[in-house]
Amino acid sequence: MEALLQILSDLHPDIDFEKHEALIDEKILDSFDIITLITEINEEYDVRIPVDEIIPKNFNSAKSLYELIKRLQDED
Amino acid sequence: MMERQNNVLEYLDNIVDICPGKICYANKSEHLTFKEVYNSARAIGTFLHQKGHYKRPVVVFMKKHPKTIVAFLGVIYAGCFYVPIDEEMPAHRIDMIIDNLSPEAVICDNSTMDKIRNFSYRGEVYNYDDMIKTAVDDEVLSRIAEKAIDTDPIYIVFTSGSTGVPKGVVACHRSVIDYIESLSEVLRVDNNTVFGNQTPLYVDACLKEIFPTLKCGATAYIIPKELFMFPLKLVEFLNEYKINTICWVVPALTMISGLGVFEKKIPEYLHTIAFGSEVFPMKQFKLWRKALPNARFINLYGPTEATGMSCYYEVDRELADDEPIPIGKPFKNTEILLLNDSNELAEKGEPGEICIRGTSLTLGYYRDFEKTNEFFVQNPLNDCYPELIYRTGDLGMYNDRGELVFLSRKDHQIKHMGHRIELGEIEMVVNRMEGVVSSCCIFDEENKKIILYYTGNCSKADVVSYSKEKLPRYMIPNLVLKLDSMPLTANGKINRLLLKEMYITGRRS
Repeated sequence: MEALLQILSDLHPDIDFEKHEALIDEKILDSFDIITLITEINEEYDVRIPVDEIIPKNFNSAKSLYELIKRLQDED
Repeated sequence: MMERQNNVLEYLDNIVDICPGKICYANKSEHLTFKEVYNSARAIGTFLHQKGHYKRPVVVFMKKHPKTIVAFLGVIYAGCFYVPIDEEMPAHRIDMIIDNLSPEAVICDNSTMDKIRNFSYRGEVYNYDDMIKTAVDDEVLSRIAEKAIDTDPIYIVFTSGSTGVPKGVVACHRSVIDYIESLSEVLRVDNNTVFGNQTPLYVDACLKEIFPTLKCGATAYIIPKELFMFPLKLVEFLNEYKINTICWVVPALTMISGLGVFEKKIPEYLHTIAFGSEVFPMKQFKLWRKALPNARFINLYGPTEATGMSCYYEVDRELADDEPIPIGKPFKNTEILLLNDSNELAEKGEPGEICIRGTSLTLGYYRDFEKTNEFFVQNPLNDCYPELIYRTGDLGMYNDRGELVFLSRKDHQIKHMGHRIELGEIEMVVNRMEGVVSSCCIFDEENKKIILYYTGNCSKADVVSYSKEKLPRYMIPNLVLKLDSMPLTANGKINRLLLKEMYITGRRS
């Protein structure tokens, strides 16, 4: 989770990602951020997020994104 | 005999009799027919006339919606020129634009009526929904059209300026007609064309859907911006509305290919894919070609100052992995002069600045004769009579096949997420922040990131919050790094090259 929070705060140092739960709905993240996240998650956690998991509910909070990463790691 | 067209509205006046009931502009919830577009635009034109607006800028401040395009057309019917602004723009930028224009009228929709009061603007504010209820005065509108000449302006769009102030590019009927005729031919637009618009309505890029749709009786769908974050849903949208023609910026296309959409879904109806704004990475391009082997792929190139696009290249052969997709050749009625440092035509294989000659040149920058004269200059190859060319600041070269290839920029302008950005504008804004001593932006071409270095006593989070307040979303640095001191060159300027080296070394370690 630490590494994920670091990736996120590099993108938006002004956001408290431990608390925020509407990153998509409140337009904190944009398409550029989504691509950066997917690339850096791949490098950091060695998981490829499949395209059908690239949906708003998985990206609305650091927590849901981390759960997705865990789930994908377990499926491997 | 062919009648001579001198007004862009003739496209609409003509097509409305041919297919009045067909869908012209639409989104998920709203479908406007050609007749509805025609009637509403003329109502808006009549309304603005009755309020006394003529030959003046009229700001259109509406969310991205088919109605916004109708408002543009309505402004032209009134003999005025439209200036799109968008809530994506920060208040500071909108204030600078308003300051440059001194507009007398702003058209809003219900979602922006309250927001306009947050800006420095104190003139008339009209609501679109009220305006379209006006009874059309045909006589007045034909009088305005008769008096219009084709060098009258029809819009102003604002583009990034290196001094921190955006520049308003003014375009007229003639240059837009010239562009639309050539573009429609290259894209082979006809009444079966279904466009899927991606580009914002506040840039000239959306002309590609707005006017060919009117010229040919096509249909244009405005795709919701959010879909460009979720590529599978985006392709589902394309399939649901049977979209067959797109003119998108490269990052929107690589998002689809790069995230693996083609393994799940193919845009089944797409047959014409035009792209521009930046270089298409070959690996991604090949994924597109593999997914849609029968589609036409067309690279477009051109600056806002020449109305939109000036050159095109239809990919008609296998390209090597390290070969950039050429920008090809100019549109009909446009000439490219590739000028070297001595202002002479560059030889084959020699780099030169891409300069544009032809009717497609816009009128220049609004209320900025100095900047206009700097970039719209006398053709150095012609010392006999006045003739303007536009100096793009882009460097290009002809390859062995005689195709034009883009090389790089002469200055610090970059293309990021499909937008044209002056790094200097970001620096000027950040330098104004209290606590910042100096700042410098570099662009990581490979990873497409804007990196901001700064010195001062404020935190990175503060710098980012400040940037978000003052700059459009796409200009906000993707990485902010604080330095104890800024590296300088021998003559005291910020050493950009050293910063770039530092950044690259830092990435590797």
